[in-house]
Amino acid sequence: MIRLILMIWMSLIAVPLQAAVEVQEVTSPGGIKAWLVEEHSIPFTALELRFRGGAVLDITGKRGAINLMAGLLEEGAGELDSQGFSQARETLATSFDYRAFDDAMSISARFLTENRGEAVSLLKTSIMQPTFGQDDIDRVREQVLSGLRSDATDPDEIARNTFDKMTWGNHAYGSNRNGTVESVNALSREDIVAAHRAVFARDRLYVSAVGDITAQELGVLMDKLLGDIPATGAPLVEHADYQLTGGITVIPFDTPQSVALFGHVGITRDDPDFVAAYILNEVFGGNGLDSRLMVEVREKRGLTYGVGTYLAPMDYGELVVGQVRSDNSRIAESIEVIKQEWEKIAETGLTANELDEAKTYLTGAYPLRFDGNAPIARIMVGMQMTGLGVDYIANRNDLVNAVTLEDIRRVAKRIYQPENLHFVVVGQPDGVQNSN
Amino acid sequence: MIRFVVYLFTLAGTILPLNAAEITTFTLDNGMDVVVMEDHRAPVVVHMVWYRVGAADEPSGKSGIAHFLEHLLFKGTDDLDAGEFSATVSRNGGSDNAFTSWDYTAYFQRVAADRLELMMTMEADRMRDLQMTEADVITERDVVLEERNQRTDSDPGALFREQLNAAQYLNHPYSIPIIGWRHEIEQLNRDDAFAFYQRYYAPNNAILIVAGDVEPTDVLAMAKQHYGPIAPTVDLPERVRPVEPPQLSERRLSYSDPRVAQPYVTRSYLAPERNLGDQKVAANLTMLAALLGGNGATSVLGQKLQFETQQAVYVSAYYQGMSLDYATFGLVMVPSPGQPLQQAEDAMDQAVGEFLDEGVDPEQFARIKMRLRAERIYGEDNIVSLARRYGIGLTTGLTIEDIQVWPDILQSVTEQDVMEAARTIFDKSNAVTGWISPPISKDISQ
Repeated sequence: MIRLILMIWMSLIAVPLQAAVEVQEVTSPGGIKAWLVEEHSIPFTALELRFRGGAVLDITGKRGAINLMAGLLEEGAGELDSQGFSQARETLATSFDYRAFDDAMSISARFLTENRGEAVSLLKTSIMQPTFGQDDIDRVREQVLSGLRSDATDPDEIARNTFDKMTWGNHAYGSNRNGTVESVNALSREDIVAAHRAVFARDRLYVSAVGDITAQELGVLMDKLLGDIPATGAPLVEHADYQLTGGITVIPFDTPQSVALFGHVGITRDDPDFVAAYILNEVFGGNGLDSRLMVEVREKRGLTYGVGTYLAPMDYGELVVGQVRSDNSRIAESIEVIKQEWEKIAETGLTANELDEAKTYLTGAYPLRFDGNAPIARIMVGMQMTGLGVDYIANRNDLVNAVTLEDIRRVAKRIYQPENLHFVVVGQPDGVQNSN
Repeated sequence: MIRFVVYLFTLAGTILPLNAAEITTFTLDNGMDVVVMEDHRAPVVVHMVWYRVGAADEPSGKSGIAHFLEHLLFKGTDDLDAGEFSATVSRNGGSDNAFTSWDYTAYFQRVAADRLELMMTMEADRMRDLQMTEADVITERDVVLEERNQRTDSDPGALFREQLNAAQYLNHPYSIPIIGWRHEIEQLNRDDAFAFYQRYYAPNNAILIVAGDVEPTDVLAMAKQHYGPIAPTVDLPERVRPVEPPQLSERRLSYSDPRVAQPYVTRSYLAPERNLGDQKVAANLTMLAALLGGNGATSVLGQKLQFETQQAVYVSAYYQGMSLDYATFGLVMVPSPGQPLQQAEDAMDQAVGEFLDEGVDPEQFARIKMRLRAERIYGEDNIVSLARRYGIGLTTGLTIEDIQVWPDILQSVTEQDVMEAARTIFDKSNAVTGWISPPISKDISQ
C-alpha cells in the first residue's frame, strides 16, 4: 500500500453527506424520530442507534465502566447466556455491534428482511435485559485488561494517552475510556448496572435506518425496540478545560521509529468558520498524497510513510491534531518541517489555486460517500448528532463553494497557532528535547 | 466481547462468498482481461488494474521490489509529473491507492462514474510509460524504509509473524516478506525497478476490473481505446515458482521482545489452496476454520477454552484459500494471565483432539451455513470489496466461474467432509509453532 488511511481516534466526527439519496424524517407512533433511506434492492436493513454521552459519563473512580458495560451487552441477556445469545444471533444471521465512544454509545445492527422481527426482539433483549453475570464480567474484564497491558507498550497508545492527559487533565477526555488496570479491576457488578442506567435514555437517542424497510415499518420497529428505554439518563458533562501549552514532550521508549502526536485547541462543529477550517485542514494535512505536509515531509524528503492532520470537534472540547512517524534519527527534521508549515499557513493561508482545487475535490468527493446501506446509515446518524438538518445534504457543496480566500486567510490565522503547538514524541528521538 | 488486539494473518471476511452484481467479461486483442461489475445504486465507479505479479515473483536478493515499484508508479510518466496522478484523482473528487501481495499488485481509483475515462487514460499511460528521476527513487526508498519501520520494525507482533512466515516455507518464495527484508530494500535501485516493470507491467499480464454505475459496452469501448493499443510483453514468463519439498519436521520459534505485553501461542499448518476447478478441499478447510475458531462464543475452541476451562482470553482458527501456490491453516491462543505458554499450547492441542473425537455439532454447522447464505445478501452492499475479491481470485489462478460457484461449494460441504479435512490438516511435520512473550517471562522459565 502506498499510504495508510489516517486513523482518527476521536470517532463520530460528523461527515457531511450528499444528494443522490432521498432522506425521510420518520416519527414513530410513540414519538421516536429517525432518518430513513429506503433501498429495497437488497433484502436487509442497516440500523444505527446513538446515545449521546458515551464513556464521558463514567463517574470518578469508575473509569472504564461504560466500556466494560458495552462489551457485556452481547454476553448474556434475558433467558440467554453468553453462548446462547451468540447462537441466536448466528441462527438469524444478524449482526449487532456495540461500542462505547467518548461522546456516544453506538449500536450498529444489520438484519435480513426475512427474520427482521426476531432479530429486533433479540437486539432489544440485549439493550433492555442484559444479564451482567459475574462470570461474564470477569471474562470480558480479562479481555479489557489484556488490551490495556498491550497499550502500555504500544508507542501510539502511550503518545495518545500522554497527549490527552496533558490536554484535558481530569476531564474524562484526559484519560483512556477503557480505564486503567486499577480502575477496571475494581469495577463491580453494581458499577456496570449503574453505567447501563446512565447511558441508555430516550432523551439522547438518535436513529437512522437504510435498507429494505418502509417508514411505517420503521416506526413500529422503533416503538418495539426502543419504547421501553427510560426517558432520561445521567446528566451530560461539562465542557472540558483545555490545558495544553506549546512545546515538546519526549517519552523515552525503546523502538526504532518515533511517533509524534501534535496539535492544539481547535474549532467547534457549529462555529461559522468550521467549513473554512475544514478546507484548510484538507489542504494542509488531509487525505491524499498531495497535502502540504505529505509533500514536504514525505514526497520531498522521504522522512515518513505517513503524516496527516484532522479537526476533532468533540462534544466537550475541540482540537486540531496530527500524527507523524519517522526513524529516531530523522524525527527531529520532521518536527521542524511541520512547525515551519504550521507557521506558513498561519501567516499566509492558502493560495487561490489551492483553494480552488480543494473545493473541486471536496464537492466532487461528496456524492462518493454514498456507498452502501451501512455507510449511509452511519453518516445520517452522525448528521443528527451534529445538529444538521436534512437540507444540509443539498446545501453542503454551496457552503464549501461560498468560502473565499479572505475567509481562509482570516480563519488560518485563527486556527493555526504555532506558539501553542505541542508535540508528544514517543521513541528515542535524536536531537529532540523536552521544552515547556 | 471486546475487540481483540492480537492481529492475525487472516483477512477479515475471507469466508465471504460472492454472487451479487451482474458480471460481464471481455478479453482485448493484446491479452488484457476486462471484468465489469454493475451496481447502479449510486453514480460511482471503482476502476482497478490488477497485475499478475507480486512479491513471490521477485528475483532472488531483490525482496521488496514489487512493492517498491508500486510506490514508484506514482512518480510520473512521459505525460504526468511525479504526484500528478493522485493529484488529478483528488481534483476530480476521487480517491486512489494501491496494494501489493505475494501474488498480485493492484491499483485502484474510486470516482464519480463520469470520470471513468480519465482514470483509464492515466492508468493506461503508466502501464508502459513510467519515468522517474534517480532522486525520486532514492527519496521513495526512504519512504518505503519508513513504511517498514512503521508496519514491521515497530511492531513485535509483525516481526514475529515475519519470522513465522519465513519458517513456514522451506523452498517457496512465500517465505519472503512482501515489503522486503530491510537489508535488501536498502539496496534496491532504479534499474531493478525498471527491469521488473518492463517485464511484468503489460496488458497480457493485467486484469481490468470496473465496478459500479457503468454499462459493459461503454466500458469495453473505452478499454479498447485506452488499453487496446498497448503492446504486450511477448516473452512473458509463465508463473512457476519453486515447489516445497516434503516437510518432514515441525518448526518451533520462540520470540521475545520487551515491547510484548500479551504473550500468545500460534501454529500454522501448510494447507492446500483454492485451485482452478478444484476448490472442494479448500471449502472443507474454510468450514473447519469457522467451526473451530470463527466466533469466540460459539466456536469449538472458544467454547472449550474461553468458557469451559477459561484458559484462554482469546482463541481463533483461520484459513485463507485465495493464493496461487499454498495456503495455511492456523490456530491462535492468547492464554489467561499467569498461564505458561506450554500449558496454553497443550490446552489448544487437547481441544483440537477432543473435536476430532466428538465430531461436528450439527446445530453449529447449520448456523454457519445460514450465516454464509446471509453474507451473500450483505455482501451485495459493498461493491468495492466484491470487486477486490474477484481481483484476488483472478490473480491467484481462479476463474470467474470458480469464484461464482464458491458459495454453492461451501453449502455442499458435509460434516463428514469437515472431519476428513480435520484428520488430514493437523500434521505437525507441516507446521510452524510460535511463542511470543516478553524477555524475562515466567511462561518460559518455569
